[in-house]
Amino acid sequence: MAKVGAGIDERTPAPSPAPEPSVVELQGLTVRFGAREILSGLTASLRGRAVGLLGPNGAGKSTLINTLLGFYPSTGCARVFGHDIKTETKEIRRLVGYMPENDAFISKMSAVTFVQMMGELSGLPAACALERAHEALFFVGLSEARYRELGTYSLGMKQLAKLAQAIVHGPQLLILDEPTNGLDPNARQRMIRMIKEIRETRAMRIILCSHLLRDVEDTCDEVLILKRGRIAHYSNLHEERKANRRFLELQVYGANGDFTEAVERLGCECAVNGDRMKMVLAEGVETRDIFQLAAERQVRIRRMNFRRDTLEDIFLKAMEN
Amino acid sequence: MAVHRRSYTAYSGALTPAWSRFLVLFRHSRRSLFRSRFQTGLFVACFFYPVVCLCLIYLAHNLSFLEKLGSPTQFIAINNKFFFYLVYVQGVLAFILTALSGPGLISPDLANGAMPLYFCRPFSRAQYVTGKGSVLVILLSQITWIPGLVLFGIQASLAGVNWARENLWIAGSLLVSSLLWIVILSLLAMAVSAWVKWRIVAGALLLAVMFFGAGLAQAINTVLQTQSGHFFNMPYLMSTIWDALFMVDKEQAISAGAASIGLLVYCAVCFLLLMRKIRAYEVVA
Repeated sequence: MAKVGAGIDERTPAPSPAPEPSVVELQGLTVRFGAREILSGLTASLRGRAVGLLGPNGAGKSTLINTLLGFYPSTGCARVFGHDIKTETKEIRRLVGYMPENDAFISKMSAVTFVQMMGELSGLPAACALERAHEALFFVGLSEARYRELGTYSLGMKQLAKLAQAIVHGPQLLILDEPTNGLDPNARQRMIRMIKEIRETRAMRIILCSHLLRDVEDTCDEVLILKRGRIAHYSNLHEERKANRRFLELQVYGANGDFTEAVERLGCECAVNGDRMKMVLAEGVETRDIFQLAAERQVRIRRMNFRRDTLEDIFLKAMEN
Repeated sequence: MAVHRRSYTAYSGALTPAWSRFLVLFRHSRRSLFRSRFQTGLFVACFFYPVVCLCLIYLAHNLSFLEKLGSPTQFIAINNKFFFYLVYVQGVLAFILTALSGPGLISPDLANGAMPLYFCRPFSRAQYVTGKGSVLVILLSQITWIPGLVLFGIQASLAGVNWARENLWIAGSLLVSSLLWIVILSLLAMAVSAWVKWRIVAGALLLAVMFFGAGLAQAINTVLQTQSGHFFNMPYLMSTIWDALFMVDKEQAISAGAASIGLLVYCAVCFLLLMRKIRAYEVVA
């Protein structure tokens, strides 16, 4: 399990200054394909600036996205920016930019024409769509290759072209389905950086669907974990991290039962495993009190980390439940 | 925004009307169609027969010139048969053009998974079909009823108002017969293109539907001693309707009404097949 030190976590997105209005509201959303129930009575209100959809393969992540876009019939209720997915599909599609999971392009067409066409289909006038196609391709880093046919692109470049077509019309909600699929580490970093940049511009909200925990942890402030078509967990990552700031992990040399007892006398809960200790600090107890106790008993603290639940912990807990 | 800034800004300008967006698809599809030199060459070649017809109309109204050449003047009669043959020849060419250009309309989108990209936008399946279909409809119109009506207009202007009044029904027949054939070919080409992902196979299938249908019809008629087999022969059904529309005396095994119903069924089947495939994602129950 990855542990992050007590210092500044570079991967932690900055918290939102004010609560955002709801992006997606689900009320008993159920999707059936024939006799199979793919999504079962999902109820949640997604408010984050960037919401991660997590879950193992077949959990229903992509089905949820496709249902929100009106591709699949459903029962129950779901709203995107307050628009009902059954009756206001066109309005929702006007507000959404979608980057599908699988290969999706138009062959024998250059990237700039492709993105321009997608912009025009979203309602942009031709000249404006062409201008924005160039901008979007510059933004995603395909400026040099924008006149090349999409069929000649590498997988990473196709992913970037898909991102460009998703943002060309300036949507309010960007839905990214496995955006880092098949990318090498450098390309993945570039994609994550771009998603972060889009989030930071605050021009649009993001729903990122992935089975890669790291991608979600890097970019999202909320996470919805699905398991077998049901919501296994929904949380605000920032709040979770704040709530876990009283968990400490120590690596100590020369500790004996005396040190543990002293810590417990302060009201802290403590678990020892060899030279490693895990403790929950009691109210009013600070780390300097622990250092003081250690100094008094000549115990050397080699490492002290605030242990927070990583997304992996949250995910595994959700899966166990 | 200057492109070199590489930062993202949202679009806040005016949007085009929703009804006009199928034209975007039409424009881009047509452009990609004419990227092929062979296709362009074939399209130009399709105007050869109308040009020949134009020359014949000119010659028919310049009899003195023909007499000087010693040619019989009776063989150029500009009547219903003249326009029937025009529709027939152009109809065959329209089919060849469709077999070459039709399969490339939808199959590449399906093969490359582009459907979700279209339908995640405020763009409906009907608009998609209209956009793709309009490419064929306009392309085939340019080689069938448009030159036909131009020739009719030239003939009318040369022959006088009386001829035009008496033969106005020919113009109507020309328009209706061509449009019927265009709609059938467009729907069939799009349905085949939607179900077969490989362009070449789709083209071959389109040819097979026509020729295999004729063979099957003949076999049924011979084995079962019936005329019902003709319902499997789409070109036969079409020519039956053309004969009726142009009042050409030919013995037909089935009536024009029955042929119309047969073609209507074909259109409905093609449309259903098309709508079954044209969707963002296929649902497998």
